[in-house]
Amino acid sequence: MATEVHNLQELRRSASLATKVFIQRDYSDGTICQFQTKFPPELDSRIERQLFEETVKTLNGFYAEAEKIGGSSYLEGCLACATAYFIFLCMETHYEKVLKKISRYIQEQNEKVFAPRGLLLTDPVERGMRVIEISIYEDRCSSGSSSSGSSSGSGSSSAGGGGAGTR
Amino acid sequence: MPPGGGGPMKDCEYSQISTHSSSPMESPHKKNKIAARRKWEVFPGRNKFFCNGRIMMARQTGVFYLTLILILVTSGLFFAFDCPYLAVKITPAIPVVGGILFFFVMGTLLRTSFSDPGVLPRATPDEAADLERQIDIANGTSSGGYRPPPRTKEVIINGQTVKLKYCFTCKIFRPPRASHCSLCDNCVERFDHHCPWVGNCVGKRNYRFFYMFILSLSFLTVFIFAFVITHVILRSQQTGFLNALKDSPASVLEAVVCFFSVWSIVGLSGFHTYLISSNQTTNEDIKGSWSNKRGKENYNPYSYGNIFTNCCVALCGPISPSLIDRRGYIQPDTPQPAAPSNGITMYGAMQSQSDMAAATPLLQSEPSLTSDEMHLPGKPGLGTPCTSLTLGQPTPPSSMPNLTAEATLSDILPMKDEHGGHQFLTPDEAPSPPRMLGAGSPLTHSRTMHVLGLASQDSLHEDSVRGLVKLSSV
Repeated sequence: MATEVHNLQELRRSASLATKVFIQRDYSDGTICQFQTKFPPELDSRIERQLFEETVKTLNGFYAEAEKIGGSSYLEGCLACATAYFIFLCMETHYEKVLKKISRYIQEQNEKVFAPRGLLLTDPVERGMRVIEISIYEDRCSSGSSSSGSSSGSGSSSAGGGGAGTR
Repeated sequence: MPPGGGGPMKDCEYSQISTHSSSPMESPHKKNKIAARRKWEVFPGRNKFFCNGRIMMARQTGVFYLTLILILVTSGLFFAFDCPYLAVKITPAIPVVGGILFFFVMGTLLRTSFSDPGVLPRATPDEAADLERQIDIANGTSSGGYRPPPRTKEVIINGQTVKLKYCFTCKIFRPPRASHCSLCDNCVERFDHHCPWVGNCVGKRNYRFFYMFILSLSFLTVFIFAFVITHVILRSQQTGFLNALKDSPASVLEAVVCFFSVWSIVGLSGFHTYLISSNQTTNEDIKGSWSNKRGKENYNPYSYGNIFTNCCVALCGPISPSLIDRRGYIQPDTPQPAAPSNGITMYGAMQSQSDMAAATPLLQSEPSLTSDEMHLPGKPGLGTPCTSLTLGQPTPPSSMPNLTAEATLSDILPMKDEHGGHQFLTPDEAPSPPRMLGAGSPLTHSRTMHVLGLASQDSLHEDSVRGLVKLSSV
């Protein structure tokens, strides 16, 4: 049954943190918030490249939407200025609304895509918008969990047990 | 495919986990045992917080109070002594307009002074370790020995090559346009300058408030000055000049204050109007980062091309929320960013039962992380019922014993940095290396010390000197 959706807390308890991968910011478009879509080698055995890239691209899209400069953002800015910025006491900014959307999206992705693969995404806003931190968990209860001398993700049973997930 | 081979232990029940770190609801029982502290209480920068973290200012606030007093007293005298006469003689709209201007000035001043300018939180230990590892790989060196000078990353933005510098205090590569304020000891995004008159840094999040403040203050100053002069003239038409001055002595004081302020404030407004229209920061302008003098091909990659768009973006663009989460509660089992003087390894001692404790062997192992440290023995700490474990805690360290050492160095800096009496421009990183050299925790990587030794001699020092030279040349 619902094998794709997992209890993340149980995952944390039963798994031990192996390592973390940090996806850095991509500044080639200026100071807007974008993350690099380059696939980190440590995730090679853990998740499909395409899924990962799709997640990062969606996140980039959200951030671009938050920082979009256009009619609605100008309107919000002018309104705020006209009310001497008191309006922010009652209303949340467009940026904050998008950040909430992002955190819901990350949670959903964690539950559906990443946790089943023993990974966990941390919302960049908790890291000062500098990095997307991906925690790679090594499952303690699986029989295949052993030290793999090579890169991070040691043989998780998603690889079908048995040998370590060597690349 | 589920990670756990065993079916029985996994109900595959969906339970909502908040990945937001600042919600204290998750472990009420834990909080009752330890007095829940808010993150602002352990903030590593040199800031003062008021109202339980809602208000954030720089440490030196004396000049801010002076600003406040000057504005309040001058405006107060104006409304008390000049307005009654003018309202009757000319029009009651004068006090009304004056009142509106006054409230706008106060509102924007308080907003500028009390808000977070765009401080970047310091790197967590894991991030810092990862960066250091990447730096090592990029330099082709493994651990130990002398570390090459701190590096800069180069990025091409809109065709211009921009160097991103590594901040030793915050242990991050600074985003473009960010700078480290040595007075506040924080990296600030889109750092403009540190303004003692508002008692805070001026950065990405409060630049528009600052600009509105100086603009409205210019209008207010000119307004008061003009109407004070009008008042005296009208009175002296009736009773003679000297009698007019005797009848309203406050006007003299106001006129003097306004006269001396108007030049600097109007000048500053003009300067910042120019900066906004060309989308530059004071920092960049002073250093001449995008001036044509550096080369024909040098242009500002952040400018949108036309003045109107630049102004709109600076003043009406989206405001990003504060990244430092001042009022969030500290989770007891969270990794905390590296203290600048104690290095990363201090956290090895402080974390006993946390998920992230598993990461500390990674931090302390000198060679690359892909060696046999990857297999972690089952730590007893992990078995604890950390049901409340939340992801992502950019919490600052809990204690800063190095503050005394920092204070001495930073006190010297403002003397060198003072420029024009209005703005403090800070060289990027000069204070950090010497501070950290004094730390000397035995657990610290020897290479960290070497880095700092070389750093202070090399490009950091050069940068700070260059910054100072530029300041003096302007």
